[in-house]
Amino acid sequence: MSVFIIRRLLQSLVVVFVMSLLVFFGVNVVGDPVDMLINPEMSQADIEATIRALGLDRPVHEQYWHFLTNALSGDLGKSFIFGEPALKLILQRMPATLELAFVSLLMSVAIGLPLGVYAGLNPESRVSRTIMAGSILGFSLPTFWVGLMLIMIFAVVLGWLPSTGRGDTVQVLGISVSFLTLNGLSHLLLPAFNLALTNISLVIRLSRAGTREVVHQDYVKFARAKGLSSNRIVFVHVMKNIMIPVVTVLGLEFGGLIAFSVVTETIFAWPGMGKLLIDSVQNLDRPVIVAYLLIIVLFFIVINLLVDLTYSLLDPRVRLQDVKA
Amino acid sequence: MLIRKFAAGAFLAAATLAFSAAAGAKELTVGLASEPTSIDPHYHNLTPNNSLARHIFNPLIRMDANQGLVPGLATSWTAVDDLTWEFKLREGVTWHDGSPFTADDVVFTFERAPNVPNSPSSFGIYIKGKTVEKIDDHTVHIKTEVPTPLMPNDISTFSIVSKKHGEGAGTEDYNSGAAAIGTGAYRFVEWVPGDRVVLERNEDFWGEQPEWSRITIKPIQSDPARLAALLAGDVDFIEGVPTTDIATLERNEDITLSQGISNRVIYLHLDHFRDDSPFVKANGGGDIVNPLRDVRVRQAISKAINRDAIVARVMEGVAIPAGQLLPEGFFGVSPNLEPMAYDPEGAKALLAEAGVPDGFELTIHGPNDRYINDAMIAEAIAQMLTRVGIRTTVETMPRSVYFRRASRGGPDGLPEFSFILVGWGAGTGEASSPLKSLIHTYDADRGYGASNRGRYSNPEADALIEEALATIDDAKRQDLLAEATEVAINDGAIIPLHYQVNTWAGRKGISYNARTDEYTLFTEVFSVE
Repeated sequence: MSVFIIRRLLQSLVVVFVMSLLVFFGVNVVGDPVDMLINPEMSQADIEATIRALGLDRPVHEQYWHFLTNALSGDLGKSFIFGEPALKLILQRMPATLELAFVSLLMSVAIGLPLGVYAGLNPESRVSRTIMAGSILGFSLPTFWVGLMLIMIFAVVLGWLPSTGRGDTVQVLGISVSFLTLNGLSHLLLPAFNLALTNISLVIRLSRAGTREVVHQDYVKFARAKGLSSNRIVFVHVMKNIMIPVVTVLGLEFGGLIAFSVVTETIFAWPGMGKLLIDSVQNLDRPVIVAYLLIIVLFFIVINLLVDLTYSLLDPRVRLQDVKA
Repeated sequence: MLIRKFAAGAFLAAATLAFSAAAGAKELTVGLASEPTSIDPHYHNLTPNNSLARHIFNPLIRMDANQGLVPGLATSWTAVDDLTWEFKLREGVTWHDGSPFTADDVVFTFERAPNVPNSPSSFGIYIKGKTVEKIDDHTVHIKTEVPTPLMPNDISTFSIVSKKHGEGAGTEDYNSGAAAIGTGAYRFVEWVPGDRVVLERNEDFWGEQPEWSRITIKPIQSDPARLAALLAGDVDFIEGVPTTDIATLERNEDITLSQGISNRVIYLHLDHFRDDSPFVKANGGGDIVNPLRDVRVRQAISKAINRDAIVARVMEGVAIPAGQLLPEGFFGVSPNLEPMAYDPEGAKALLAEAGVPDGFELTIHGPNDRYINDAMIAEAIAQMLTRVGIRTTVETMPRSVYFRRASRGGPDGLPEFSFILVGWGAGTGEASSPLKSLIHTYDADRGYGASNRGRYSNPEADALIEEALATIDDAKRQDLLAEATEVAINDGAIIPLHYQVNTWAGRKGISYNARTDEYTLFTEVFSVE
């Protein structure tokens, strides 16, 4: 097990390095941040001075070397726009995004799993058909449209929930969280649901397919013959066996929720990292884009590692040493 | 006239409401389209930053809603001689911590503002070449090496900060609030990046007390979401109402709209300097000697554009057709220039006269995320030009890519395009700003023509502009600027299209004294119950 983890971490270093190369040279090909920063009334000499101050007059490979040496000492560069360390900006906004992603993940499981299992156990019933039709909508409707509709219905027409922003926060272990206050929860509900919608549908479809397969397995028939209650059969024997694909997919999706909840955060004006990323892309705030993507790579690496570890807990047959990652 | 209607309406509302404003506890929550990048008033010369800074800090001279100059922390300013200006400072003004405002703070600001570390665009451009000298606690002299008639305009652009709190303070100290101690109508309470900025009324403010005791600013970038937040009652007031929603909102009785013309002209720049222009082709794609260098062709293009149709259809009526660089009422505009009348037959005749009776092929380049409806305007223009024989294709791109290519994307750092859609907002609120940057011959050494992306060059206009920039006498300078504008526009240096009109919306009864500089100032937001 520990060998496995160490090998995985070494491989990750290579991934991070390659990623930094790709991202750094990638963002340097597009546009010119200087035009995003200067005031139009500046003279040519002032514009030149800004270019020099940002180090943009130097060749790209030199800029990369400068970035790399600083990065090794933990400095991912300063934002062109905010003049503050890129890492600080990202970490400042991380709790809001993590909170949103966690709540949305919880929603996916809490709503998707029961519906999926129900549809799998009663495949012919009308309710199941409705669930499955709904899951197709959940997949295919674009997030920004659903988000706007949610705001229109629940905030503008019904007035039940606030339309945008993050609610009151409280400090827990030095991190500000909003799900512990009523006001915060009410702000969290719509964006989290919007973000969860695709994943709810995904979980419904995965767990329905899994359930339909598992209920015909010999061990379920045996359990039934043994006279076990149907509750026990569903919650222990079926559930446990359909969880592996669900965990895999949700693990990957969770990374996506954290990294690219851009649309939801923009529509709901959620002060998270996704909004920072899209702003930085629009303004060509290169240091923030690079730092952001590197942090996201690290996230995916960690999440994948955790997913592999979860497998071994769910299914004792999986031996981590044998997994060639 | 439309402008008058906007201005008069806004003024009337402001006048009647100003009196009803009680000094009680009233809170205002607003949704802004963009967030400031810092609380430090000298870090970034950017509209959202300047707009916020106006609440916490004050400049020596303030700009009113029409960018006219009114006393701020200075009560009077006069040119003692060609090279020296005397500023009398307001007495009895205190900083938010109670310490008195004196000439030392002004001297300190002149040292700090041009030298903020990492500043992406500093206020140095307005301070360069000026040295400040304290005469007594409430008098300063500002000396220059050359006559500087724009002194009051330059001085109005930046905030005065406290020496006591600003000495040794970096941008992060302002962001945290430790150094954000101003003289303004509002005290800084907190900034949670991406989420909110909170301000609280300064009960000791030296000027008129604003109506709102506490203001929460929420950045809501997405247009529909910002509007939804207003409709849902989560915010009381928003800026940047999209033109497509204005008609619906006018019918909504729970919403009050406030509109005002801006100092921003949307215009076309043409390739004046290349005989072989990259995006001008003969019919069929062959080479052609750049016809845009012929003034008759430039006038034909201007005649071929139906400005009223663009305003009515593309802008949904929320814009004013333009005939020069700034709307009427601004300092230095010409009374003799009207928007070019739509005349497709006249355009064809001019093209024939210029030796291109069958037109030619052209590409218009423009941004698609910078000005109101920018990409749609470019499309409309392409159709109108095609109708008179200039077959025009459209290429739009994000501003992050567009401006670099338009300014220096070609070989040798020259402008890449032949025919572009751009906008210009006159930060100083008078005509020398666009004349100096757009019309004057490109001259990097002397700082002229920095945004002259067509490389227009006319010695007559240059001479008038330079003379105006050295003339202290206001009446004389006004005439020189107007004359320079006439020379340039009649020569087709640029083709003006329209002036933007900005729209703000509030809950019923909340109105705004709309500003030409596009700032959103909460001291100018009023309510009537």
